[in-house]
Amino acid sequence: MEHFFSLLVRSIFVDNMIFAFFLGMCSFLAVSKNVKTALGLGAAVIFVQLITLPVNYLLQTKVLAPLGLDFLSFILFIAVIAGIVQLVEMVVEKFSPSLYASLGIFLPLIAVNCAIMGGSLFMQQRIGMDPADTQAIACFGDSVAFALGSGIGWALAIVCLAAIREKLEYADVPKPLKGVGITFITVGLMALAFQCFSGLSI
Amino acid sequence: MANKNNEALKQPIWVNNPVVVQILGICSALAVTSQLKPAIVMGLSVTIIVAMSNVIISLLRNTIPNRIRIIVQLVVVAALVTIVSEILKAFAYDVSVQLSVYIGLIITNCILMGRLEAFAMQNGPWESFLDGIGNGLGYAAILVVVAFVRELFGSGKLLGFQVVPQWCYDHGYLNNGFMIMAPMALILVGCVIWIHRSINKDLQEK
Repeated sequence: MEHFFSLLVRSIFVDNMIFAFFLGMCSFLAVSKNVKTALGLGAAVIFVQLITLPVNYLLQTKVLAPLGLDFLSFILFIAVIAGIVQLVEMVVEKFSPSLYASLGIFLPLIAVNCAIMGGSLFMQQRIGMDPADTQAIACFGDSVAFALGSGIGWALAIVCLAAIREKLEYADVPKPLKGVGITFITVGLMALAFQCFSGLSI
Repeated sequence: MANKNNEALKQPIWVNNPVVVQILGICSALAVTSQLKPAIVMGLSVTIIVAMSNVIISLLRNTIPNRIRIIVQLVVVAALVTIVSEILKAFAYDVSVQLSVYIGLIITNCILMGRLEAFAMQNGPWESFLDGIGNGLGYAAILVVVAFVRELFGSGKLLGFQVVPQWCYDHGYLNNGFMIMAPMALILVGCVIWIHRSINKDLQEK
């Protein structure tokens, strides 16, 4: 249980998908113009991450590893992700039209979000780690914790950036830096702030 | 026609660079640039994969049903990435360890999907091939520039060879450890965009 929480906290703050690994940057930069849409995308990422990562964990440990088919993992992981995103989209549309209306446009985008694929690939790397390591993913519960943590970390980052960018609208930025340039530097400074967490002992 | 091909190759390297203008493929561009060698390997791998997948999709473009095209594209790309990753593991194991998950993440690199959707689905194999090479080289160019600065100032080396001479250290020169850390990659790309847009004024935002 303790490992569950330390893995969760670690993947939110220390191993933050955006600030430590730069995963999911494209949509992170494109969809962070206002807080409301950022929240929607963040929620969608947490949701999809929570489903795909445990599924890929089971696929990896129960099917690929025993059969020695590790080299197929890229194709299978991306197929699982694309399939589940499609499935989630259909289910949400059928049972919760209001949620669909707010997430709708973001769901298909998530299939090619590197944070999702990256999560699965990191999971694959960490299966063999020493169980005492706080990064290790030793059982199904750990993969859920990692999925939740990395999703929340990503959502936290995009909401923060969106809030900053809303304020930045009123700033007088040098012309060539306007838009993307200043956003990159802002993210750099945020990442610097997040570096403080790396000293956290969990 | 020759002119158009020329454009397809040259345009993405400077004027329409995939990284600093279209803001695609940022994830891996930032993560692998703390040293020059992995950056070059990554740039080459992406160039090869973009070119090959562009050719394959462009050959298949009339037979792919529109509704499932994303899945078809993903499978083609994933197969190519698997091949490249296995080759790297066999012939350049240390680099493949350094690149870790980022080689697998070429699958979700937005440059690939962007070029497949925007170019290969409408154009013939040869143009698509040139477009892929152009975009891959544009991506590689940014990687190399960022990695050059980070490795030179961060560890005083280039491609693993010591460049800053010992007497500099003897006179109190220190490596800037900050350059190796993640945030600096973002700030450096920000600066590259700054320079690029100061030169190409029509890209500046109002």
